[in-house]
Amino acid sequence: MIAELGHITLIIALALSVLLAVIPMWGSYSNNALWMSSSRSLATGMFVFVAISYGCLTINFMESDFTVAYVAATSNSILPWYYKLSAVWGGHEGSFLLWMLMLAGWTFTVACLSRSLPEIIVARVLAVLGFLSIGFLLFMLLTSNPFDRLLPDTPSEGRDLNPLLQDPAFIFHPPILYMGYVGLSVAFAFAVAALLSGRLDSAWARWSRPWATAAWAFLSLGIALGSWWAYYELGWGGWWFWDPVENAVFMPWLVATALIHSLAVTEKRGVFKSWTILLAIFSFSLSLLGTFLVRSGVITSVHAFATDPERGVFILAFLGLVVGGSLLLYAIKAPTIRATATFSWVSRELFLLLNNILLAVLMLTVLLGTLYPLIADAMGLGRISVGPPFFNLFFVPIILTLSLLLGLGAATQWKSTRGERFSNLLLIPAVVSVVMGIVVASLYGENFAWKGALCAALGAWVMSVTFTDWWKKAKAKRGSTIAQLFNMTPSFYSMALAHFGLGVAIIGGGLSSVYSVQKDVRMEPGETVSVAQYDFKFEGMLAVDGANYRADRGQIHVSKDGEFITILGPEKRHYLSGGNMMTEAAIDSNLARDLYVAMGEHLGEGAWGVRIYVKPFVMWIWLGVLFMGLGGFVAAADKRYRSKTKRSNAPQASAISAA
Amino acid sequence: MSRLKLFLPLFIFAALAALFWKGLSLDPRAMPSALLDKEFPAFELGVLKSPNTIHSRDDLLGKISVVNVWATWCIVCRVEHPYLLKLAEQGVNIVGVNYKDNPEEARAWLKELKDPYTYSLMDRDGRLGLDLGVFGAPESYLVDTKGVIRHKHVGMVDDKVWVRDFQPIIDEIKAAAL
Repeated sequence: MIAELGHITLIIALALSVLLAVIPMWGSYSNNALWMSSSRSLATGMFVFVAISYGCLTINFMESDFTVAYVAATSNSILPWYYKLSAVWGGHEGSFLLWMLMLAGWTFTVACLSRSLPEIIVARVLAVLGFLSIGFLLFMLLTSNPFDRLLPDTPSEGRDLNPLLQDPAFIFHPPILYMGYVGLSVAFAFAVAALLSGRLDSAWARWSRPWATAAWAFLSLGIALGSWWAYYELGWGGWWFWDPVENAVFMPWLVATALIHSLAVTEKRGVFKSWTILLAIFSFSLSLLGTFLVRSGVITSVHAFATDPERGVFILAFLGLVVGGSLLLYAIKAPTIRATATFSWVSRELFLLLNNILLAVLMLTVLLGTLYPLIADAMGLGRISVGPPFFNLFFVPIILTLSLLLGLGAATQWKSTRGERFSNLLLIPAVVSVVMGIVVASLYGENFAWKGALCAALGAWVMSVTFTDWWKKAKAKRGSTIAQLFNMTPSFYSMALAHFGLGVAIIGGGLSSVYSVQKDVRMEPGETVSVAQYDFKFEGMLAVDGANYRADRGQIHVSKDGEFITILGPEKRHYLSGGNMMTEAAIDSNLARDLYVAMGEHLGEGAWGVRIYVKPFVMWIWLGVLFMGLGGFVAAADKRYRSKTKRSNAPQASAISAA
Repeated sequence: MSRLKLFLPLFIFAALAALFWKGLSLDPRAMPSALLDKEFPAFELGVLKSPNTIHSRDDLLGKISVVNVWATWCIVCRVEHPYLLKLAEQGVNIVGVNYKDNPEEARAWLKELKDPYTYSLMDRDGRLGLDLGVFGAPESYLVDTKGVIRHKHVGMVDDKVWVRDFQPIIDEIKAAAL
């Protein structure tokens, strides 16, 4: 019964989304205030019904109702309750319902938080989101209904959630990632509404900025969480694999990063308007493209869902309609008049433009690398795979150039910047970064690697530029400098946090990639192995009983110079249903290094294969992205975006005066 | 003119969409028909455990082999590995192709996870992979006693795939030999 209720509410949600796409949009053209104002209640209704539907599926999982095909495929009665809860998004159908819930949730949030916006814009934005919902709801109802029943051949037991997914990170990673992925639809809807209205002014940029930034922040956190999960769960120490599905989230993230920077320019200076619109369209298009790649089976990947060509055709058609339609609209409506606001060669605008270009180039290389196997195949060039070497070749130099320019850009001002500003602001950071590079190089002595030193120097560069900028800005203000340090605008703090985070992540990524030490050894109980000055003593195996698995847990006593550090307990898990074996690594983390131990195979007579890593600064990668995400949330929460006052006049006026 | 320029993103997208449309009808897991029931491509490669021992196609003759393309950079291979060990235990002759990989790391991997392969060819520059039309790792080829490719599977081999795709062909080859 509950499954049917879920199915019916989904159909009702579809009907509401059709109304939402049509009525307010119609009202905005016929200038009917009543029709336009229906957008908020329709958006609310859609959200409520999708939420009920989602609740129904969750109940099916909690009750282990194996008459529902999807539940039987992804759950099991002995699964702990929290994994039953997250198993809802453990497969294609349910994860799509989660996606839909997020979309309806964002739509609802826009409806709630848009009181200060003109009614016509709200109506159009919500109508565009309603249109997107039609596509996704139809897709679900026609090709991937999570509520399909398995009758009369109901299995007595479910097939279980993939053990890889039975991990706390799986409870958080997909919802947060989807929040970001789907959140980009709001920036897209604002862009389309702006094109429809021909209102491409600074006010538009100001309205869509918090939404784009919030989505970007979620996306950053979601990616970081996924990467961290892969790091400790897959048991072999990597944290980024350039897998097509990782690329599918990384591309929208790159474009969204460009978008939030470009929106800043459009809001403050009224330039780059067409470009900003295009970025908003692209960021959401790439998130749709990701959906297509993951769920259609055109590209093989570890993440790929069970695929079905029918689904591929549907998503491709929808992709064509949404992206093709919005790009057509862009071609017809985008302003052709060149922005008349001018800026000199040395100005903040120029550096933000460079930022955008580098991010766009980076996105294109990732896109090319991801699609190359497909392109080669379609052109009959045979089947070719593109591995991490290709991506690293482009990614590393571009991201390092980007951070170098970030420092220079931070010293610039809008419009034009005098040369001495650079020396004033950048002298200290330059010294700090050179010193940092030398320190790191000498720290590792004979293992010198210029890449490690360079990453450390550039990371330090970005961080110290951020601090110097903060200090100088505070000093320039009247009153006590210390007091002024804590009296900046939220937008400054958010920028500083995010840039600081980038510096942290670069140091983490660079040093952990260059200086990690790895050892694969055969260990007998009582044996000790030294890796990078740490002594790992294998004390033997314990048998452990988990909720739905049995495990052999190694006892590894870690010490350095005779001083006890910790006991690590890496596991080999045997899951009771399905008979899967899983390796559960044990990690001791701190800011300076990770000690990472994973069990290999039993080699007989009590000896085990053991894989040991010492990874310096690896936590910094995720810590850095965490800072970036926090920065995004601080910016999105900035009260100035929600003030009802006519603040929007000011930037408009300045844009005009600049023209 | 500047208006036309604005259509550029749309055209690029249209080209991409056409590519995806084509991609939908191409199955990345499907065997290029050219290689099915053809002889396994010729090769002369050293093997991981003793790089100076050269193996060639002739070594595939006379027995049924599963040729498994793997690499240490391949996440799925690691998941697939225990099943290959099980197959090897059952007496299946598995020949590895260590594809675009670092031999040091590959040897360490085999030491750690145990070695299901009768031998593993070192295809460092991916030449054999190119001849085979390798799309990515892991891939597995079923080669019969005459060195002819009878089946190709892209992605992980597990019990389901084995019973559904490999076992029937093996039974057929064995029946034909009787």
